[in-house]
Amino acid sequence: MSAAEHGPRARGMIAAADDELTIFERSKAGRRAFVAPALDVPERPLDELLAPGLRRAAPARLPEVSEPEIVRHYNRLSKRNFDLDTGFYPLGSCTMKHNPKLHERVAALPGHAKLHPLQDPARAQGALELMWRLQDALGEIAGLPHVSLQPSAGSHGELAGVLLTRAFHEDRGEHRTKVLTPDTAHGTNPATVTMAGYEVVKVGTDDQGNVDLDDLRAKASRDVACLMLTNPSTLGLFELGIEEIARIVHGVGATLYYDGANLNAIMGICRPGDMGFDIVHFNLHKSFTQPHGGGGPGAGPIAVSDRIEPFLPRPQVVRRQASQNGSPPGQSQTPESYFDLDYDRPKSIGRLRGFQGNYGVFVRSYAYIRSLGAAGLRDVSETAVLNANYLLARLRADGVMQHLPAAYDRICMHEFVLSGAPMKRELEIRTLDLAKRLLDHGVHPPTVYFPLLVEEALLIEPTETETKETLDRFAQIVSAILHEAAEDPEIARGAPYTTPVRRLDEAGAARHPVVRQPLD
Amino acid sequence: MTRYTAATEADRREMLAVIGVESIEELFADIPAGLRLRDGLAVEGGHSEQEVYDELRALAARNASTEDELSFLGAGMYDHYVPALVDSITSRSEFLTPYTPYQPEVSQGGLQAMFEYQTAISELTGLPISNASVYEGPSAVAAAGYVAKLANGRRRFVVSRGMHPHAREALRTLAHGWEMEVVEAPLSDGVTELPELDEDVSAVLVSQPNFLGAVEDLAALAARAHEVGALCVCACDPLPLALLRTPGECGVDIAVGEGQTLGNRLDYGGPSFGFFATTEALIRRIPGRIAGETRDVDGKRGFVLTLQTREQHIRREKATSNICTAQALNALAGVIYLSWLGRRGIVELAELMLQRTAYARERLGALDGVRLLHRQPVVREFAVGLDAPVDAVRERCLAQGVNPGYPLARDYPEHENALLVAITERRSRADIDRLADVLGDAVASERERHSERTSA
Amino acid sequence: MADPSYPSDLLYHPEHDWARVDGDEATFGITWFAQDALGEVVFFEAPQVGSQVAKDAPYTEVESVKAVSDVVAPLSGEVVAVNDALADNPETINEDPYGEGWLVKVKLSDASEQDALLDSTAYEASLD
Repeated sequence: MSAAEHGPRARGMIAAADDELTIFERSKAGRRAFVAPALDVPERPLDELLAPGLRRAAPARLPEVSEPEIVRHYNRLSKRNFDLDTGFYPLGSCTMKHNPKLHERVAALPGHAKLHPLQDPARAQGALELMWRLQDALGEIAGLPHVSLQPSAGSHGELAGVLLTRAFHEDRGEHRTKVLTPDTAHGTNPATVTMAGYEVVKVGTDDQGNVDLDDLRAKASRDVACLMLTNPSTLGLFELGIEEIARIVHGVGATLYYDGANLNAIMGICRPGDMGFDIVHFNLHKSFTQPHGGGGPGAGPIAVSDRIEPFLPRPQVVRRQASQNGSPPGQSQTPESYFDLDYDRPKSIGRLRGFQGNYGVFVRSYAYIRSLGAAGLRDVSETAVLNANYLLARLRADGVMQHLPAAYDRICMHEFVLSGAPMKRELEIRTLDLAKRLLDHGVHPPTVYFPLLVEEALLIEPTETETKETLDRFAQIVSAILHEAAEDPEIARGAPYTTPVRRLDEAGAARHPVVRQPLD
Repeated sequence: MTRYTAATEADRREMLAVIGVESIEELFADIPAGLRLRDGLAVEGGHSEQEVYDELRALAARNASTEDELSFLGAGMYDHYVPALVDSITSRSEFLTPYTPYQPEVSQGGLQAMFEYQTAISELTGLPISNASVYEGPSAVAAAGYVAKLANGRRRFVVSRGMHPHAREALRTLAHGWEMEVVEAPLSDGVTELPELDEDVSAVLVSQPNFLGAVEDLAALAARAHEVGALCVCACDPLPLALLRTPGECGVDIAVGEGQTLGNRLDYGGPSFGFFATTEALIRRIPGRIAGETRDVDGKRGFVLTLQTREQHIRREKATSNICTAQALNALAGVIYLSWLGRRGIVELAELMLQRTAYARERLGALDGVRLLHRQPVVREFAVGLDAPVDAVRERCLAQGVNPGYPLARDYPEHENALLVAITERRSRADIDRLADVLGDAVASERERHSERTSA
Repeated sequence: MADPSYPSDLLYHPEHDWARVDGDEATFGITWFAQDALGEVVFFEAPQVGSQVAKDAPYTEVESVKAVSDVVAPLSGEVVAVNDALADNPETINEDPYGEGWLVKVKLSDASEQDALLDSTAYEASLD
């Protein structure tokens, strides 16, 4: 039974049941939600203010709908989404931990939400102090004292890190051309390297799941600007040779960059700065609970060592001593110190974006850190690692790993990788089919087909905010799906069955892309 | 255990037993002893929700927001009225808490919202292809520069001095890594004056309106770029596009811009979103996430992330960008807001701002000691020069509860005592009259003080 | 094309490309192995007629939903024709990789380069 049998077919669009209409398809001429305030200034002829040649020929064909229609439309759409507040979401590498509800309340306070970014620093002391204290806490967590909150996302932080590396080498009169990344690296790493004007060189992984030190030694030369690494790695394993790696990299004068995607495993346990990293980026939307929003916003602040500090983006949030002569501009009282934006940074790489960064994200992350403190942050990492190891052991105990073995026979950290290769051979279902069948059980699948190094990979990260009962239930579900596949692999191959739509034709979408609604 | 974790002592014992270790310590055995933190992190905290709330509220109280003063600050982010339905929808768990839609079967809400957003941006800009959003305005300009570089491999950008200073700087920061030259085209009488162009120019980048509020002759600028085979990139303010000749109509190749004005908070500068729209020819070079329409095995319409081979997770070092995300929640706020404004509403809003801006410019220009920096057409923002020190004038205005605008000197040293004044639908005629009174008084007082000093 | 197939009248390059030589011209395409590894092809960017291709060097790309693959030239020469039908139906590359799924026709610049290519038996053996 296809939708086409039920109604007219517009060009490029498949006619849909009411449930699936777009907001444009609900539009009806004359409906409206907004009415502009009455004109309260003398009206001048439009042609006088804006010559016809400067005006668009026809209006933008935005929808014409009333408020109730908008509300109902987006509410109904929302119900076609699975979300973290509703169910288990063990997406490896994404750290889908609970988003505390307090954070929305504090972020909405007008003093934060309605503050213009170009407000005088003297009249934004609350914001600047919040940012300064957040920098301080992040620097402490990283073990690197100098922090910039400017980058907008993890990959933006990576870009900052590689540009800082470039500036560092150029300042010493060196022109290097290569950056090393492990072959297990997240795709953003090599993409960032190219965007920063370097050539990517891949370093191999040994059979322990760690960086191959021999390969690293062979490739580390004075033409290498940086090694980008994450620890634990994308395989969820602690880099056993990290101290030797740091020696090798620093030995050729290169910088060591830490991709903070997996920070959730080590907060309060150990610090990237102590491991020898020069530059660290944080994903505030991962370890620090900024809600993912369906794919943004986030933030990717960076922390750097003393020798990288001069190159940090501008402006920097700083604390200054009040001058002897009295108050900083604009204030009648004289505090001993005040917070400011420092633009006077002659060696800075410049800006990566407008204004000061994603302040709304900083408010939430700061509230989180204040809620947790040192003991709480340590509890996060201990529980994240406990939960991951428990789930791994539970899956083993439930017989799942017969078909889905762990890729590496080691204690994992906050996440672990299974390989679906035996399952594919023995049960004739792939990791993709397992993922789709999980949807029918009301859980979000783990990350699939990443890292590329593991065949039919399944990367599972439960996070610390899940209960033991949830983990037990997940193991039972996986086990049930495998048993079902042993009886009849076709079921998983045709899954999902109970979701708002079933498997979608991605090839068709890529071949003849329709990326907007035609309105002709 | 904290209020966000649930592993009790009993849970831990059971779990450790199943794992087969004695303590959690053993799970960290891979970490070299020398790296283990002996003492706790020097991070103070561990407070109750109530205490944290009080602290955040105290910090908020030390910020002068748009509720605390009559603000005419603009320069890239604007104090618009955001209707209540935006927050009520974007605060829903189903939109707020999921990840990027990697499993489209359970992400149709987010994917369809992206598709609707892409359609709305395409309508506003007059360009057929829009992505699902990028971080914000200035970095979108830099990303557009990267697209141009990959498209034609040339070595120079020509960027207007009228482009937002933060965007110009972001472009320079990235262009340094590409070993590309960035040349600035000056402003003449408030609008861009392009130099001679040649075939080394990869792209010409301009703003519409420009930073001084002036409406540029965008079609002429795009034509100049195309004469030498360069791309034309335009950073636009989205609301005036309700009236202005669209980038698409003007022949622009890539239209980007800051989306904050579309249903998003000021939030001291972020998060917001950047929009990114292009001609059909660039569809496979555009960065970021794109939602595309398709059908499922039952023939039902559905949406998926598409053209993913452009992106970092597939193309890795050859990707069109390293961007891994969109600003999905902020773009959702944007499309809800645009639906709320509607086809007629957005035109009415833009016309209201146009009329009030004209009125404000006339009133301020008539004040003693205040002159207009240019007389180009303006749509929502304009620049005035003062015959008095701008800092002192601003202090007087602020003392009266009026923030008269953004001082230009830091970014445009050639305009030492000047202000950029922004008008939104929240600034009524009465507000504008108050600004004129307060500013007029402030300038007059400062001029008097100065002449007293010089004559004394 | 469901089953592996490596016609014996073609020459093969180790990077999974084939050449059908006809006098001083040759037709190029990708092998069954390559299209199978890629999955459903969604896009093929045709090079310009008149452009040069060099043996062993990539001259274009083929994309599926989840992968991109360089297409390597088995022999050097000048592109004299491209398969325009693939713009609307790139999946032809999967269905008929050696026939309707041809990519480009090239006027060869050095016929002796053929000696370096593999025959179907040698190529198939290299896949194990």
